[in-house]
Amino acid sequence: MRTYEAGRIDVAVIGAGHAGIEAGLAAARLGAETVVFTINLDAVGNCPCNPSIGGTAKGHLVREIDALGGEMGRAADACTLQSRMLNLGKGPAVHSLRVQIDRNQYSQVMKHTLEQCPNLSLRQAEVVDLRQDGDGWLLTTRLGAVYRAGAAILCTGTFLGGRVFVGEVSYDSGPDGMFPSSFLPDSLQKLGISLRRFKTGTPARVLRSSIDFSQLEVQRGDEPVQPFSYDTEEGALENKAVCHISWTNGETKRVILENIHRSPLYGGKIEGIGPRYCPSIEDKVVRFPDKPRHQLFIEPCGLHTEEMYLQGMSSSLPEEVQAAFYHTIPGLEEAQIMRSAYAIEYDCCDPLQLDATLQFRDWPGLYGAGQFNGSSGYEEAAAQGLVAGINAALKLRCKGRLVLDRAGSYIGTLIDDLITKGVEDPYRMMTSRSEYRLVLRQDNADERLTPIGRKLGLISDARWDTFTKKQEQKKEELKRALSTTLPPTDALNRILVSRETSPVGTGVRLADLLRRPQVTYADLESVDPARPALPRAVLESVEIELKYEGYIRRQKADIEEMRRLEGKALPSNTDYAAIRGLRLEAVEKLGKVRPENIGQAGRISGVSPADISVLLIWLAAREHEKEGPA
Amino acid sequence: MGSERTIAAIATAQAPGGIGVVRISGKGAFAVADRVFRPKSGKGLPACKGYTAHLGAVYTMAGEKLDDAIALVFFSPKSYTGEDVVELSCHGGLYVLRRLLREVLSAGAELAGPGEFTRRAYLNGKMDLAQAEAVMQLIHASGEQAAQAAQAASSGVLSERIGSLRESLKGIAAHLAAWADFPEEDVPQVEPGALYPQLQETGLALDRLLSGFEQGKVFREGVDTVICGRPNAGKSTLMNRLAGCGRSIVTPHAGTTRDVIEETVLVGGIPLRLADTAGLRDTEDPVEQIGVEAAWGRIRRAQLLLAVFDSSQPLDREDMSLISQAVPERAIAVVNKTDLPLACDLRVLESSFPRVVYISASTGDGLDDLERQVADVLGTRGFDPAAGVLSTERQRHEAARAKAALQEAEEALLSGMTLDAVTVCVEDALHALYALTGERASDAVIDQVFSQFCVGK
Repeated sequence: MRTYEAGRIDVAVIGAGHAGIEAGLAAARLGAETVVFTINLDAVGNCPCNPSIGGTAKGHLVREIDALGGEMGRAADACTLQSRMLNLGKGPAVHSLRVQIDRNQYSQVMKHTLEQCPNLSLRQAEVVDLRQDGDGWLLTTRLGAVYRAGAAILCTGTFLGGRVFVGEVSYDSGPDGMFPSSFLPDSLQKLGISLRRFKTGTPARVLRSSIDFSQLEVQRGDEPVQPFSYDTEEGALENKAVCHISWTNGETKRVILENIHRSPLYGGKIEGIGPRYCPSIEDKVVRFPDKPRHQLFIEPCGLHTEEMYLQGMSSSLPEEVQAAFYHTIPGLEEAQIMRSAYAIEYDCCDPLQLDATLQFRDWPGLYGAGQFNGSSGYEEAAAQGLVAGINAALKLRCKGRLVLDRAGSYIGTLIDDLITKGVEDPYRMMTSRSEYRLVLRQDNADERLTPIGRKLGLISDARWDTFTKKQEQKKEELKRALSTTLPPTDALNRILVSRETSPVGTGVRLADLLRRPQVTYADLESVDPARPALPRAVLESVEIELKYEGYIRRQKADIEEMRRLEGKALPSNTDYAAIRGLRLEAVEKLGKVRPENIGQAGRISGVSPADISVLLIWLAAREHEKEGPA
Repeated sequence: MGSERTIAAIATAQAPGGIGVVRISGKGAFAVADRVFRPKSGKGLPACKGYTAHLGAVYTMAGEKLDDAIALVFFSPKSYTGEDVVELSCHGGLYVLRRLLREVLSAGAELAGPGEFTRRAYLNGKMDLAQAEAVMQLIHASGEQAAQAAQAASSGVLSERIGSLRESLKGIAAHLAAWADFPEEDVPQVEPGALYPQLQETGLALDRLLSGFEQGKVFREGVDTVICGRPNAGKSTLMNRLAGCGRSIVTPHAGTTRDVIEETVLVGGIPLRLADTAGLRDTEDPVEQIGVEAAWGRIRRAQLLLAVFDSSQPLDREDMSLISQAVPERAIAVVNKTDLPLACDLRVLESSFPRVVYISASTGDGLDDLERQVADVLGTRGFDPAAGVLSTERQRHEAARAKAALQEAEEALLSGMTLDAVTVCVEDALHALYALTGERASDAVIDQVFSQFCVGK
């Protein structure tokens, strides 16, 4: 093929999905000349599956992305159709924001943001070849352009070697009918990167006017709408749409089971491993045969489209079987399918090849983010894109690296899980994955990450001022709550009794009242006249920290111990087989993961506490040798 | 290294011996030792000089005296580990040593891991590389040993019991996780009212496990046993036969065993702390009289009484008073000297004691039967000490940690805390149960969520 020199750049981002967007923006904002390549410019920030952002733990990720200086939260706020704070009443650790978005608008907002970003070029081009070039990378596009880049970030999503399955039909394709990236997999394998096949799927979209909503339960958003972004003012957003709920039935199940042999999953045509948390409806019917019915949500795809998304009904059954089983569902009897459900198989890497900056350990300057790393979900992708983009830019300017640990964020937890434990199926974030979840709350994401973002240069002065003011207010209010005593008035006791908690006979500290699970700031407003006017977020934060103080303290002690072990670095070129005393299984696992420190080593399955002792001694012996005899 | 946890362990062999040592090492060694050791001088240990020994006594956290003890004080870096070290020496009974270790752990130390003292010694520059490599071998060996032990346990009753507790906790944790992580899915509601009895049930099962540790104590820590009988009935010979050495002074003259002598012997795997009493004959000798009175006191308090009779002599007044003093349920009539012609009335013994054993202490005949009868009295017949019970302090420690975390979960529920707080406590308990069998919980709860619930869009 005839090629031409297209120029030198700092960072090349391959793919403009949720990972690529954050990677490109972060790198460019940190001053790196960045090109974001996409197979189709109309697919920037596309949401090929559910038209929503956030959800349990994913909402935490969006808040963290925003707190660190990423884009996803702002874009989601700009496109919100309906917002809900999930898990209210289950405790602050698991409160999670989830919004329905206008997917076309989201794509436009993101595309426009990239177009306007200094140092960033958005380019429709398919990268077909990637090879090392001295310290950097050479990228060749389908049309023969050759770019020399200091770093390359792979954000290929389901495009990489993508293949769509609908019943007996299958063909090479990216998501939503886009071209797949069919050449790049060979190029990556030639480099020596090991690839694997994962699969995911999406349900049908149906025409709004063909749905009989009269039979369906309505689900409305929460008021007032809490925004994702710390840049968006509270009260600025409103709900613009509703969702609906329906259920499958025995007839649905019968239609599916009668045709199950026509599913490529059960016919053995799909070799890719699907996500456990995102099963197709045929999976659910087969795996849980005793369940008489399954729930589905009918969600709008946007304000200027009649397409409706059928959450919970993803399938890879033949088109006519899809129509038949959708029609058994109340409200969908006459539903007109506009896009069929499909399963898609794609190439991704084994993330054990990556380090904590998401760089391939054996290919310096090459990074991965998103589904390419074995994760699933827009938010998981965006979080990794942000970290990879920041690190690529830092590396090129020799400014160190950004490693987020498990104790500081869900983003850090996500990355540590990927690179330490590896993945068996597409990885979804869950609050259960964080051992420090009472500390990693969505209400304090700014406290945990905004100082880091500021140091990097991703937080504007205005945002920083708002942040420091909020922290100041919080500190003052905590002090006031600890030093203010409320007298045992009838008014106070009436409130306490009405909240089903015991009345008081003497003066009581405001903080002690707030520590009671039953009592909130709002309850005490009338008996706390000295309270300054404070934003909702400040009061929320103070109240949580008082109420959960004991649990938070305990988790912080665990965190301290974890960080102590993370402080003991293991050299990346360690030959574990040469360390006497390590068990065979540990040698093998350590060699594969090549942990950066003792803490990470301890989280690898198959590495025992005794192995960790051996590593500690070996480390100290090495230090002694280096220093020479004392 | 100084920032590390303060650790403690029994530093002497875990077998009956003369003197036993509990070693405490780390920054908090003096603080921990101060909570359990009271020096006679009244001077606090931190105020003492290094390399000095201090007489005093060790106490439980509740203030109950355990034993007289000597504290040896070492200041960092002049100690085995290079850290502050206190060594508490007391009488070697395993029971006392283990109780002391437990008190030291509740006073703030953590149980030392395999080879940990030595590891610290190396890290603090107290050893060279060759020695360190030897330590690695040691840790390696103990790792293998632990792995083998875990494997042995994995087919055992204990791991089955823990496994079933773990399964039920895992089910609870998975339900809580699914309920929190998939709020819009068809996951059954978690009802605090229903959760509470589930937690309680698991807590009670843990209590039983922990009390099994106490039952297993019969095997681990032994039983107070008194041997008595009239002078020259053969008590000392029996005791020496059981102990396999001549500790009591045995002579053919009546009354040569003047003091209460203790010896721990293994009978059917159970350590019996034998008190060989002074003879029971009426005596004018005031010294001997004191011994006789002490013997009666011991007979009344003993967990097990071996009443020895001489079959070559007719029963006399002293034998009759022994028969009347003995608590039959806790006693075994040991009819000795069956190698000599029979002269006593066995019917009297057989009607007074539910258990009668015929032996010859000098030839060893009949000792098998004695062993069976001992197990019968102690209710340990058919009880396998190796299966189904917590046997090490480490196991007890993890089970107690699980229990404490569950207790905290119950309290959080009762006080009306949200379930996210309850969940972290339940998960702590689960992690402790995994640690008990040397495993890591890692993704167990998440795997359980996906196998137990139909979740996902």
